Amino acid sequence: MRAARLSAVTAVAVVSALTAVTGCTEKSDAKSGDRVITVTATDSECETSAKEISAGHVELAIENKGSKVTEVYILFPDDRVVTERENIGPGTKQRVTAEVKAGSYQIACKPGMKGDGIRQDLKVTGGKAAARDPRLDAAVAAYRKYAQEQADATLPLAKTFAEAVKAGDLEAAKKAYAPSRIGWERTEPVAESFGDIDPKVDVRADGLEEGQDPATDWTGWHRLEKSLWQDKKITDRDKQLADQLITDLTDWQNRVGKAEITPTSMANGAKELLDEVATGKVTGEEERYSHTDLVDFKANVEGAQKSYELLKPVAKENDAALVTELDKQFAALNTLLDKYRPNTTSYEFTSYDKVGAADRKELSDAVNALAEPLSKLAAAVAK
Amino acid sequence: MTQSQGDGPSRRALIGWGGAGLALGAAAAGGAVAVTRGGEDSGPPDAGAGAAVAFHGPHQAGIATPVQDRLHFAAFDVTTTDRAEFVRLLKDWTDAARRMTAGKAVGEGAFGGLPEAPPDDTGEALGLKPSRLTLTVGFGPSLFRKFGLDARRPDALIDLPRFAGDALDATRSDGDLCVQACADDPQVAVHAIRNLARIGMGKVVIRWSQLGFGKTSSTTPDAQTPRNLMGFKDGTRNIAGTETGRLEKFVWVGEKDGPAWMTGGSYLVARRIRMHIETWDRTSLQEQEDIFGRDKGEGAPVGKAKERDEPFLKAMLPDAHVRLAHPDSNGGATLLRRGYSFTDGTDGLGRLEAGLFFLAYQRDVREGFVRVQRNLATDALNEYIQHVGSAVFAIPPGVRDQDDWWGRTLFSEEA
Repeated sequence: MRAARLSAVTAVAVVSALTAVTGCTEKSDAKSGDRVITVTATDSECETSAKEISAGHVELAIENKGSKVTEVYILFPDDRVVTERENIGPGTKQRVTAEVKAGSYQIACKPGMKGDGIRQDLKVTGGKAAARDPRLDAAVAAYRKYAQEQADATLPLAKTFAEAVKAGDLEAAKKAYAPSRIGWERTEPVAESFGDIDPKVDVRADGLEEGQDPATDWTGWHRLEKSLWQDKKITDRDKQLADQLITDLTDWQNRVGKAEITPTSMANGAKELLDEVATGKVTGEEERYSHTDLVDFKANVEGAQKSYELLKPVAKENDAALVTELDKQFAALNTLLDKYRPNTTSYEFTSYDKVGAADRKELSDAVNALAEPLSKLAAAVAK
Repeated sequence: MTQSQGDGPSRRALIGWGGAGLALGAAAAGGAVAVTRGGEDSGPPDAGAGAAVAFHGPHQAGIATPVQDRLHFAAFDVTTTDRAEFVRLLKDWTDAARRMTAGKAVGEGAFGGLPEAPPDDTGEALGLKPSRLTLTVGFGPSLFRKFGLDARRPDALIDLPRFAGDALDATRSDGDLCVQACADDPQVAVHAIRNLARIGMGKVVIRWSQLGFGKTSSTTPDAQTPRNLMGFKDGTRNIAGTETGRLEKFVWVGEKDGPAWMTGGSYLVARRIRMHIETWDRTSLQEQEDIFGRDKGEGAPVGKAKERDEPFLKAMLPDAHVRLAHPDSNGGATLLRRGYSFTDGTDGLGRLEAGLFFLAYQRDVREGFVRVQRNLATDALNEYIQHVGSAVFAIPPGVRDQDDWWGRTLFSEEA
């Protein structure tokens, strides 16, 4: 019990202890050359001058010898960004610095600024590297990729929505509204971890802070939802808000890769998604004008299930009974949700104002039945 | 026989004790309640002491136990169809109840566990005394249907008929099972229900629940008779927890009653009775007293001076509540009442959503509540009350020891 707790805490400490620092003072006893790794990037290769370095200050001297614009990263084992340099044009040179502790890292070049990049290992020695479970690192990396994919897939859908608003096409905007939110709802805890994006894009009228004026300070999806469904008209302000939404979502898309994600935060994120359902969607508060709550509901469950599936191999070793229960309750909730859509390939769900009190209670009970064991997942992966 | 305020023991003297002399002696010595009887190691714990009530015994605690000040009652529906899983839940619930009634936290406690995991216990009862917490479990008719146990369903557990004036809300009625939590501290009672509900998630769901305060009946006649929200003393003639004979006769299911698994159990009828207290409060004192058949200050029956004087029913109006509810008007039918007052905010029309959460234990629902309630069809009180919730449960016998569990006699193969 005690040991398990310590290892969980140290793992978290390692993950959060590192930040990119630029322009830091170098150690006097080290020749600066020892601390520089040359990175030569082409369209198909990523050459690094060293595969090992002692802990402390490190500098990457990057040259792009390819024809495509590239990016270079130092990554944690779970793909979190230690430091990065974007927009390195063909034929240009860039430098980037960081402080690194002992552990296993990777240097990645991303020609064309897309994909997982070309990777080189970088071992940092000295001090004690915390023992890490490579399966959990892989789970976090996969989840980070998923979060990025959701953001990438959301932007075109959000643009369709925004264009319809800007064209003043009420019906097309209504149709595009719920699909534009799915990727966001699936990965909401990651987006919320940035703190500043969520209040811009996903705040409800009741979520405005004191002193905020709904007329001028309320932005994002739900403000537009009110215009479309309740006011039934699109104003010039709404058209500005549509542009603002795309700006804010692009910001989210650019930052998802840097989110702090740990196995524990993944597990808790899954639980948080169910909390979102329990407090907002089941009550019909989230989509009070459009009544598209069940679309969000399904997306929240999908996101939670993604986290769970990635953590399952480790969780199963530590708590097989919990995994059995979670499999059962995820299946039960998904089956129940499927009652509310004509076919399981579409995200067209019953309008929530047509869902009666008894059915809402049934949904709420199914959410509780899943969320209660899900709250034990973090402990099952932190053991 | 001359009676005084503290005449409880002298009435009990006639029933099942070693002899009238002993009881009268006790009364003479100041009317002490806690007279030790064979098989009992001590009297009931005192309300003020925050003590624990024994969880194990031939009968479930929370029936004959001296009535505590507070109630949290919950009715559940079973969502699992897996009988083995439900039995596991009953065992888990028994373990948790054993701990909570002793004033302990459930599972690994409310703190000190893994930081990544939510604590087993919700924590709001930390540092509070056991507060005479009792937890009493019952099985509704629908439970027998769900698990294919119709053959074991007691005949005495009927589906309640419709009574005159019923205005039942389905969302506040029925249930596959119930848990009655009574304690002197409301936080202890709520903590108990909350933790059982949490343990039950995925297997059972709360169908409805009710908070109650200000016990409206007492099973300790020497204590002051409590008053209901109409301002009248309630439960003057109630069965006392020490009246073994009356308990055997009217409350506990006997061996010959059947089914065998119910021996030592009882049947509970729960009724949420809304009071139209605003109109009641505008009713003249004379009318109020006529409706009840007792006076408001002392609680004495019509024509009598003292609360505990024997009622003379014919002196009361034909539709007086006490007259119609009295055992003599119902072929001797007697209920052990254990109800509580409630106020659940207001009803949107500026009226208090208040009334009596009526709980009655009996040996047979047909001979008990049904008989009395049918007789109350003409009750003058009906103008001021409305039955809005209703449920009936078989209360299995007590949990005997550490290895026993709630409902074992019904669910285990050998019983």
